[in-house]
Amino acid sequence: MSTVTASPKKTGHPSALAEFWHYFSRNKGAVIGLAIFIVILVVAILAPLFAPHSPSEQNREALLLVPSWMEGGNSSYLLGTDAVGRDILSRLIYGARFSLFIGLVVVTLSVISGVLVGLVAGYFGGRTDIVIMRIMDIILAFPSLLLALVLVAVLGPGLLNAMIAISLVNQPHFVRLTRASVLAEREKEYVVASKVAGAGTMRIMFLTILPNCLGPLIVQATLAFSAAILDAAALGFLGMGAQPPTPEWGTMLAEAREFIQRAPWVVTFPGLAILITVLAINLMGDGLRDALDPKLKRS
Amino acid sequence: MALLEIQNLTVEFQTASGLFRAVDNVSLTCDRGEILSIVGESGSGKSVSMLALMGLLPWTAKITADRLAFDGKDLIGLSPRQRRNIIGKDMAMIFQEPMSSLNPCFTVGFQLGETLRIHMGMNRAQRRERSIELLKLVGIPAPEERLSNFPHQMSGGMSQRVMIAMALACNPKLLIADEPTTALDVTIQAQILDLLVRLQKENGMALVLITHDMGVVAETAHRVQVQYAGQKVEEQPVGQLFADPHHPYTAALLAALPERAVAGEKLPSIAGVVPGQHDRPTGCLFAPRCAFVQPDCHQGARRQGRELGEALCNYPLVKGVPLDHPAFAVKEGA
Amino acid sequence: MSQAVLEAKDLARHYSVRRGLFKPDATVRALNGVSFELYSGKTLAIVGESGCGKSTLARLVTMIEDPSAGTLLIDGKPASVDDMSLRSQVQIVFQNPYGSLNPRQKVGSILEEPLKINTSDDAATRRRKAEEMMAKVGLRPEHYDRYPHMFSGGQRQRIAIARALMLRPKVLVLDEPVSALDLSIQAQVLNLLMDLQKEMGLAYLFISHGLSVVRHIADEVMVMYLGKPVETGTAEEVFSNPKHPYTAALLSATPIADPSRAKNRIRLQGELPSPLKPPPGCPFNPRCWKATDICRQEMPPLAGGETHKFACHHPLD
Repeated sequence: MSTVTASPKKTGHPSALAEFWHYFSRNKGAVIGLAIFIVILVVAILAPLFAPHSPSEQNREALLLVPSWMEGGNSSYLLGTDAVGRDILSRLIYGARFSLFIGLVVVTLSVISGVLVGLVAGYFGGRTDIVIMRIMDIILAFPSLLLALVLVAVLGPGLLNAMIAISLVNQPHFVRLTRASVLAEREKEYVVASKVAGAGTMRIMFLTILPNCLGPLIVQATLAFSAAILDAAALGFLGMGAQPPTPEWGTMLAEAREFIQRAPWVVTFPGLAILITVLAINLMGDGLRDALDPKLKRS
Repeated sequence: MALLEIQNLTVEFQTASGLFRAVDNVSLTCDRGEILSIVGESGSGKSVSMLALMGLLPWTAKITADRLAFDGKDLIGLSPRQRRNIIGKDMAMIFQEPMSSLNPCFTVGFQLGETLRIHMGMNRAQRRERSIELLKLVGIPAPEERLSNFPHQMSGGMSQRVMIAMALACNPKLLIADEPTTALDVTIQAQILDLLVRLQKENGMALVLITHDMGVVAETAHRVQVQYAGQKVEEQPVGQLFADPHHPYTAALLAALPERAVAGEKLPSIAGVVPGQHDRPTGCLFAPRCAFVQPDCHQGARRQGRELGEALCNYPLVKGVPLDHPAFAVKEGA
Repeated sequence: MSQAVLEAKDLARHYSVRRGLFKPDATVRALNGVSFELYSGKTLAIVGESGCGKSTLARLVTMIEDPSAGTLLIDGKPASVDDMSLRSQVQIVFQNPYGSLNPRQKVGSILEEPLKINTSDDAATRRRKAEEMMAKVGLRPEHYDRYPHMFSGGQRQRIAIARALMLRPKVLVLDEPVSALDLSIQAQVLNLLMDLQKEMGLAYLFISHGLSVVRHIADEVMVMYLGKPVETGTAEEVFSNPKHPYTAALLSATPIADPSRAKNRIRLQGELPSPLKPPPGCPFNPRCWKATDICRQEMPPLAGGETHKFACHHPLD
C-alpha cells in the first residue's frame, strides 16, 4: 500500500483566532464598535495625556463657557465649561475612566458570583437547583434600578456601593445562562469520560465543563458591561452613585440638570458620551455573538 | 430522455478560509422507475449535490452546472417561485433525521394537509381522506388516530414513515432519499427500505437513494454512482459494481467491508483520510491513498468510457488488475 | 479457564420516571438481570437495538452508576461507584468521537488527564507516556499540541482510544466505536482495536448494533431485547445457528453487500414496545411469528449448553 501522505496544497487549518476574526469582521457594526471602544479605552488609560485641564480645576473667569466653535467660545475649553468653570472635555475624559472601571468591576463581580452559583445549580440539580433558581427569580422580579436604589439606600450612597448593588442586580442573568450551558454540557460524553477516568466533582465542574460554557457568557458579559455603565450613570444621576465632584458621567448629568435651558452643552456632552460608549459596546457584543455562538455559525 | 439529468454540477462554499468545492463536476442521470444509489463517505458531496438540485443550499453556496433538467424542464434560471412549484410536488426529498424533519409544533395531520393544500388545492375533507390513505400506504396502523398525533408522540420509524407519506403526497415522479434509514434500528431499517422499494415499484417513481451503507445499496439499488471527495469516480449497475469494481477506491471500499473478510483477521483498510478543504491534492484526489498510484496520477485522472464504469482513473481495474499499469511499461509524466 | 477480569451477576438497573403531576412515578427496567464473564484478550459483543439496555450496561460496567440489583466483580473484587481503586481498570470509548473529546483541551492534556488524576507521575513522565500511546494508536507526535476540532472522525476515535488506554485498563468498554465512522476509516479503527487487544491482552465489551462488525471482531455474543439477554454464545454458534427468533430476524434484517444473494427477509411486524410497560411474558412476543399463549404469560429462562444459551419457548432449529 502506498504511503504517500504529503499533499502539495496543504493550507493548514485556520487558527481559532483567524476563524474568530473572520466571523467577527463580517459584522461591520461590530468592527466599528470595537474601534470606538478601543479609542475610549486608550483615552481613559492615558487620560492625563489627553485632558487639557485637570478635571477638578475651577476657572472662576469662565463659568458655563460655550463650546469653542460657538460664538464666544474659547479654544482652550473645547467643549465649554460647567457651572463652576471646569473643562467639560477633561471631565469627560476622566469620566471615561470611571465608567470603564465601573463596567469592569461590575462585570467581574457578577460574572464570578453568577458563574459560581450557576455552576452549582446546574451541576448538582435537584433541590439545590430549585432553591437557587427561585432566589434568582425573586431578584429578577424587582425592577432592576429600583432594587439597586434600595440596596444603595441600605448600604449608603457612593461609587463602591453602587457597583456592588449593580453587580447583584446583574448576577441572576449569569446564573441562568451558566446553568443552562452546564445542563447541556453535563450530559456530554467527554464529561462522562472524565468521570470514568476518575475526575472528582471540582475538576469536572471547573476544568471540564466550565471552559465549554464560556462562549455565551462572554457575549452576555459585554452586554452587561454596557448595562452596568448605564445603571451607574442612572444611580449617579439620582444622586445615589458617585458623589460630586467625581467626574462620573451620570453625576455630571445630575449637576447640569438645572442649566438644561441656559447651557444645553453641559448636559449634551455627558449624555452623548454615555450613548456612544454603550452603543459601541453593544455593537461589539453583537459581533461576538456572531463569532462565538455555534448555532449561527456556518449557515 | 432521462427524468433527471445533471451535467457537470459544481457547488462551492464560501468559508472562513476561502472557497471550498464540495461538489466537483458531477454528472448524473436517473430514469423513470429506476433506483439510483449515490454512495460515498462523508465529504463526498453526495447530499450537497441533491440539495443543490432542490435549491435547499444556503446563500454561501455557489452553484454552477452545464445542464440541470428535470422531466424535460431546465431548472437553471428558474425563479424560486417556479422552482417551488416543482419541488415538493414532482420532486420530493426525505432526510436522515426523521425526528427533526417534522415540525414539533404541529400535528401529523396538519403537516400532511399543508402539502396537499399548497400543491393540490384540496379542501378540508379531501385532505383528511387523502392523508389517511397516505398513512395507510406507508403502513401506519390506525391512521385516523395518528393524524392528531404530535411528532414527539411517535418513534423514529413512525416519523420516517410520516415523512415518506408527506413526500408521496403529490405522487412525485422523483423521490430523493438522503440516508433515510441511517438513524433507525436494523429491523426498522429493513421495514423502511422494503416500503420505499414497494412504493417505487407501484408508482413507477424514480428513486435516488443517498447512502454510505454498501449493504443497503446491494439490496435496493439498480444502478450505483460512487462519489469521492466531491467527484464521481465510478458508475455501474449494481451487480457489476460489486462483482467487478473498476475504480481502485470502489474496490478498496468493498474489500474493507467486515462481512467480506475472514472473521478475526485484519481488514484490508485504506490508509489515510478523505481529503478535506485544506489538504486537497492536485491531480487524482484518491492518488495519496491509492494502492496503484503512478506519477502521472498526480497530474490528473482520465474519465474512462462506459464499458469501464466511467471510472475517473488512469489505470482502471478489470477483475482486480489495473489496466495498462506500467508495472512493466514505460513510465510517463513524472 | 482463568479467572474472569470482569464478572456481572444478575445486573439490573431501574429508573423511576416522572409522568406528570398527578400520576404515580413509573419504573423503567432499563436492564433486567444480565450476567456474563469477561476474560483477558477476549471480546464479548452486546448486540441489540435502541432501548435494549446496551448503554445502561455500559454505564454500570464503567461504574458511572450503581446497579439496582446484582453484583459487578472486577478482578474478583466487588465494584461500586464510590470505590476509586477499581476505576482505572475499566475504561470506555464512545460512539461519537465529536462529543467524547473536550473541545477546549489539547490532545496532550486529554491524554494526560487520567494520569494527572490517578498517578503521581511528573509532567515529563506524563508527556512521555502520552507520546508513547499516541504512537501506539497511530497519531503523529506533532498532534500533541492540537485541538480535537482539527482532526477527522477516525483520528478523533484514535485519540479517544488512546485516552482510554492511558491507565492501562484490563477492560475496555467499546460503545459503538465505529458506527459513526466512514467505511474506509471503520476498517482502520477495527484493525487498531484488534492489534491493541493482542498486544495488551485487553478484554473488550463491544457494544454494537452492526452485526457484520460484531461477527468480525467478537469471540462471544450476547443478544439483548428490552433489557434482557435473549441469546448468548460463541459468535460462531450464534451467527450460524441462531435459536431465538429475534436473533434470526436481526440477522436477516442486516443488509449484506452482495446483490446476488437471495433475499428472504424475516419481516418483523411492529416496533419495540415502550419500556414503561413491557408486554407480559417474553418481551418479544408481540412481534414474534412463533408466539403462542405460553409466550404471553411466562418469561422463558436463559437455558442451553455451555457455548450457546437462549431464552425462548419455541427455539428455531
